[in-house]
Amino acid sequence: MHHAVLSHFLLTGAVLFVLGLIGFLSRRNLIVMFLCTEMMFQGVVVTLGAFSRFHANDTGQTFVIFVLTIAAAEAALALGLVVLLFRRRGTLDVQAWGRLRG
Amino acid sequence: MSIEFAKWVPWLPAAAAVFCGLCCTNRRMRTLAAPVCIVSLVSGFLITLGVKGQIGGELSDAGTRLQVFEWIRIGGLNADFAYYLDTLTVLMLLVVTGVGSLVAIYAAGYMAGDRGYARFFAAVSLFIFAMTTLVMADNLVLLYLGWEGVGLCSYLLIGYYYQKPSAVAAAKKAFIVNRIGDLGFALGIMLIYHQFGTVHFSTFTADGVVYPGLFEHCSRLTLAQVETPVLVIPFLLMLGAFGKSAQLPLYVWLPDAMEGPTPVSALIHAATMVTAGVYMIARLLPVFELSPYALPTVAVVGGATALFAATIALRQHDIKRVFAYSTVSQLGYMFLGVGVLSTVGGVFHLFTHAFFKALLFLTAGSVMHGLAGQLDMRKMSGLRTKMPVTCWLMFVGCLALAGFPFTAGFFSKDMILAAAMDRGLTGQGTMYTVLGIAGLFTALLTAYYTFRVWFRVFMGPTEYEMGEEHAAVEDTPTDGNEADPSADTSIDDGNIKVEHHHDAHEMGWLMNGPLVVLAVGALLAGWLGHADSSGHSWLLSVIEGSSANPTRMVEAAAGHAEAHTMLLGMELHTAMMVISSCLSVLGILVAAYLHWFNRPAADRLAEQWSGSARVLENKYFVDEAMDAVIVKPLRMMGYLCFVFDRLVIEGLVLAVGWVPRIGGLAVRRTQRGALQGYGIGMAVGVAVVAVLIAMVR
Repeated sequence: MHHAVLSHFLLTGAVLFVLGLIGFLSRRNLIVMFLCTEMMFQGVVVTLGAFSRFHANDTGQTFVIFVLTIAAAEAALALGLVVLLFRRRGTLDVQAWGRLRG
Repeated sequence: MSIEFAKWVPWLPAAAAVFCGLCCTNRRMRTLAAPVCIVSLVSGFLITLGVKGQIGGELSDAGTRLQVFEWIRIGGLNADFAYYLDTLTVLMLLVVTGVGSLVAIYAAGYMAGDRGYARFFAAVSLFIFAMTTLVMADNLVLLYLGWEGVGLCSYLLIGYYYQKPSAVAAAKKAFIVNRIGDLGFALGIMLIYHQFGTVHFSTFTADGVVYPGLFEHCSRLTLAQVETPVLVIPFLLMLGAFGKSAQLPLYVWLPDAMEGPTPVSALIHAATMVTAGVYMIARLLPVFELSPYALPTVAVVGGATALFAATIALRQHDIKRVFAYSTVSQLGYMFLGVGVLSTVGGVFHLFTHAFFKALLFLTAGSVMHGLAGQLDMRKMSGLRTKMPVTCWLMFVGCLALAGFPFTAGFFSKDMILAAAMDRGLTGQGTMYTVLGIAGLFTALLTAYYTFRVWFRVFMGPTEYEMGEEHAAVEDTPTDGNEADPSADTSIDDGNIKVEHHHDAHEMGWLMNGPLVVLAVGALLAGWLGHADSSGHSWLLSVIEGSSANPTRMVEAAAGHAEAHTMLLGMELHTAMMVISSCLSVLGILVAAYLHWFNRPAADRLAEQWSGSARVLENKYFVDEAMDAVIVKPLRMMGYLCFVFDRLVIEGLVLAVGWVPRIGGLAVRRTQRGALQGYGIGMAVGVAVVAVLIAMVR
């Protein structure tokens, strides 16, 4: 097995990010879209971790911790909001929220 | 009494003005306004009397300077709130506070029951503050403050009946015409500062530094040293004087100013404010003497105005308007007097005129009061039975105005005309002879039109038509908190009670009392200026003790005219007295014939001369001409500016406002509310940026 180099990690991060992006843009279920944004986060986190290791600079890993913390907090909040939205309209379709008025 | 007390003369009325202003807010306090105003004016008069003895006499030629507080000191400009007291100041103060007190007492009765009672007295007190400041000012800036202050009060009081559109228009007219004159005055003051580096009159010492005053600067200059800008100064100042004192061509506001209450016409537009121009020229005579053409110009304008206004007065039917034109005419005499270097005559006439013209206006006010606002002399006749006291008081005023021998107006007018003739006959210019003759002719016209009023109103069969004020008084809309709708003309909780007379009636003694004092003045004030056998008089000493003494030019003239002997002067004087007496009596007799014994003859005469009668009735169409030449083009210009503003300026501003609107219209469609649409936009945007960065690298 080859020794893992930087580009492998970056590729993994990019794949995660793009999969998340595609999912976010193509799915209409709010929960799935939300999970997709989480996946984009993970892509970025992988990239940050890889660069940090490669440059031997701890700042990147510190950032990773931060991002994970924020993501956890945001997940709790966002899922709560999604539940509220569902109660309001009885559906998870994002297009039900195209108009904020009324 | 210490001279320091003089400082209080302006400030007592100022305090009264504030108090009366407060009275406006409360119906119960309204009746207090008149007593407070009267007390402040009378105490001003008493202080002036007390201080009078301390000043001047015949010996001192420099005035006393009284500093109140430091006012404006910027660089070299030194304009303190300081008063300058010399004999001329005291004379003016006596006139202002004296006539002011009498008019205020009269007005307490005349204005009773009026809704703006407190407002009226607040404005009158403020006026007296401004006027006394004007005559006491030690520097031109303070004088200008007073000058504008009286203009403001004049505006406020002309527009006193502000529900009447004509009163509002007259107030605006007075203010705007005065602006034209005041522009000249302001420029004159600036030029004086520029040329002399000082604006105060007296020389004084402060902190060991001597500040030479304007008069000292002037006396140091010899005529040869005078440069062109200095020659311009008197002409600019003159413009201010002509505006304030209603001389040609700026006289048009004064007749219209009669829209104000009659006491105001008497006080401001006859006795005091309008004489400010004469006072200013007399006060600044040292400056005027620097220019050889300034005083002759004043004389010509004065003489021309005297004649011009007198002809208009011949065919006016409104009593107050006749007196207004006669005021313009008499002010012309005063300017003529000052212009021919007889400052004594000019100021003397100012002094006597204050008495008899105030008397005439106030008696006219009584007639108006008695006839419920009727002023048209064609609609009244034979009122002597109804209003006997007013009748004979006005008779005295008319005699003095007509220059009947040994009344006040006789002496003062005579002194001016004699001075003019004297200069003419001693070869200092035929112009002066012409002016003297014009003055004599004006005297004849004056006697005629004055007695035309008196004979029409008081003589002949008793018949009259009441005015329309009785109905109007009750219907006048209330103004603000000065009154409530339930308040009738009688103020029950105050001490003023107004009875409704529905017929012509005599005035009470509250109103007639002051008139008697004025009438005594109109009869006897002339003797104060009458020279005794040694050629001295009280008035002469007043002028000689002040800056108004025309030393420079008299000396120059004395060298010029060797033939001018005292004997000839006396002979000329006597001759002038005889001529003007005859003219005065002639004018009265003609008026008596045409307007008492044979009124149809007057009507026939007017028909024969219908053309000129119409021209005179319409005041030579001056108002119409000014309207066409000045007002209409200005209106047109204003309208053009309005259109330009609407189309161009407003268009530009609106165009700027439209730019973001159009931008918004273009991008509004992209904001659809679809979350994933925004997502794609963001992703594409980031992709484009990434590609661009990659390409640039």
